[in-house]
Amino acid sequence: MTTQTLPEAQAASATISPAVDVRLLGVRKAYGDVVAVDGVDLEIEAGEFFTLLGPSGSGKTTTLRLIAGFERPDSGRIELSGVDVTGRAPYERDVNTVFQDYALFPHMTVADNVAYGLRVKGVPRAERRRRVEQILQVARLPNVADRKPIQLSGGQRQRIALARALVNAPKVLLLDEPLGALDLKLRQEMQIELKRIQREVSEVGITFVYVTHDQEEALTMSDRLAVFNEGRIEQLGTPAEVYEHPATEFVAGFVGISNVLERDGRRFTVRPEKVQMHFGANDGGEPGRIRDVVYVGMFTRYVVELDSGGELTVVRQNLETSSADALESRGRRVRLEWRPEHTFDMERPGGHE
Amino acid sequence: MNATAVRAERPLGNARRRLSAALWRRPWLRAVALLLPPLGWMIVFYLAALAVLFVSAFWSIDSFTGKLTHTWTWANFHTIFSDPTYRQIAWRTIWMASAVTLTDAIVAFPFAYFMARIAGPRQRTLLFVLVLLPLWSSYLARIYAWRLILNHDGALNWTLGKLGLPTQGWAFTNTAMWIVFSYIWLPFMILPIYAALERIPDSYIEASRDLGARNWTTFRRVIVPLALPGIVAGSIFTFSLTLGDYITPSLVGNVDFIGNVIYRNVLGLTNNLPFAAAYATIPLLVMGLYLVVAKRLGAFDAL
Repeated sequence: MTTQTLPEAQAASATISPAVDVRLLGVRKAYGDVVAVDGVDLEIEAGEFFTLLGPSGSGKTTTLRLIAGFERPDSGRIELSGVDVTGRAPYERDVNTVFQDYALFPHMTVADNVAYGLRVKGVPRAERRRRVEQILQVARLPNVADRKPIQLSGGQRQRIALARALVNAPKVLLLDEPLGALDLKLRQEMQIELKRIQREVSEVGITFVYVTHDQEEALTMSDRLAVFNEGRIEQLGTPAEVYEHPATEFVAGFVGISNVLERDGRRFTVRPEKVQMHFGANDGGEPGRIRDVVYVGMFTRYVVELDSGGELTVVRQNLETSSADALESRGRRVRLEWRPEHTFDMERPGGHE
Repeated sequence: MNATAVRAERPLGNARRRLSAALWRRPWLRAVALLLPPLGWMIVFYLAALAVLFVSAFWSIDSFTGKLTHTWTWANFHTIFSDPTYRQIAWRTIWMASAVTLTDAIVAFPFAYFMARIAGPRQRTLLFVLVLLPLWSSYLARIYAWRLILNHDGALNWTLGKLGLPTQGWAFTNTAMWIVFSYIWLPFMILPIYAALERIPDSYIEASRDLGARNWTTFRRVIVPLALPGIVAGSIFTFSLTLGDYITPSLVGNVDFIGNVIYRNVLGLTNNLPFAAAYATIPLLVMGLYLVVAKRLGAFDAL
């Protein structure tokens, strides 16, 4: 599924107009001694699905909160559609947020929750009702308008939180790990739903800025993504670029499996599915021993210790292999081979400024 | 074999195991076991006493012998509603309870808001101590302290005089009662409002601002509605405590409250228990009405 959506996403990003919707210039934010965001420069184009990916504490959520206006940067500039909004309160910015805990108002019905933004801006009652109805259709939840949030399931609350933000037709929609509280099945459904909704509202041209720590989610959904680590952006690019050409060891490890080798003074990475594994002693490639086998159903992961130092993870589809075969191969001698064009040089850890 | 031997040796442990198994199989049994002691206490000492009170309100006192007459009569209630003195006392008490409740709500809200949402952990602890500290000292001592403050030659007038300001003559007036009541019951308003405000997640307030609401709108549409159960809980305390009090009026005021009338009829010269019982149902009715109205207004919806 992942591989199918990737080309689509890239095709979509190619047709987007290059106008910049969100621009961060040297933005820095510290809490006491802890630097959460350390000089981030970022340009997010109008209409794109942009993901801030990183482990917890990497500064991705703080960056989102800075764009929303919940936090003020210690230094740097934040622009929305070319206008400096650094000193503006959240209610003066044309952005809306989907919160991780949804933050639906418990004392209001679903309809009142969704209408809240329109109401405080003084949109007349009739239009309010029309737009709320319309957005509940888009969210595919037209029959829950009179319920209280507590009467909804987690997935439904998630959709209402999304509808409450989208109904205002903001320039930028900020999503703070919105699927984090859902179980795997529901999360996968909602990933597809989110992309559908983004397509449906794309005529209005809403830019999605999405925060997640889930690399698969980031690769599946984004037009472009920025990988965060320790308050800085390690790499910025399309999912394919980031996955296939990780710029740093951190990115290689965080997006996919870290497969870093050092040969002849050169540090490089090679993706596990690009490595071929031979069991014959006379085949080409580097010799090694299978140290560990992880059977994952559709495929098996082999961790191979190489005789000349280092280890590589190899992924093989279980086309003809059974779990018993796979697990038996632990300890066997193998040879690993990869093509030079599938290797990518690494910057040394901490080598970038 | 071995297991049976062990079981035979320890019949007590066996019985206990059987009991816990029975409780596990029947959750309602567990609920009954847990609730029986407090419920029993409530029923015997509270509800039964209340029932006796209500029944005795329909009895009377023989005016010659002073003995209790067990015949049903509306006479007590008739007196309460037709005699302007008793009507006036009842209204005065309800009016004072309302004024005190309103005052405490207005004073307590910003205080509780600061405690719950602005103060740091250390400031918050300090404020907690300040709120609770008066409750550790005697209620009577605090009322007498207020007498010393409000008297003609008391601390307040002394301070006002030193500052060159006009002195006040609030001693033994309704104003004095209002001040003392508001002071004494204030912690009972602060604490529930604090609890309600403290429970509001930051993300609700952020969401409101994010959706375009300025601070005042957020306050009105999100914070106050979510704090309402706390305000109502506090007002139940302040309202009912004022309604039932007879010590403050007798020490810092010069007029009667419902409580004073009851007190005199129970322990005083008149010794008319049925009349005291009838008069005591008035605050009960008022409180019941208050709760119904609060529920109708949706005060408990966010609970």
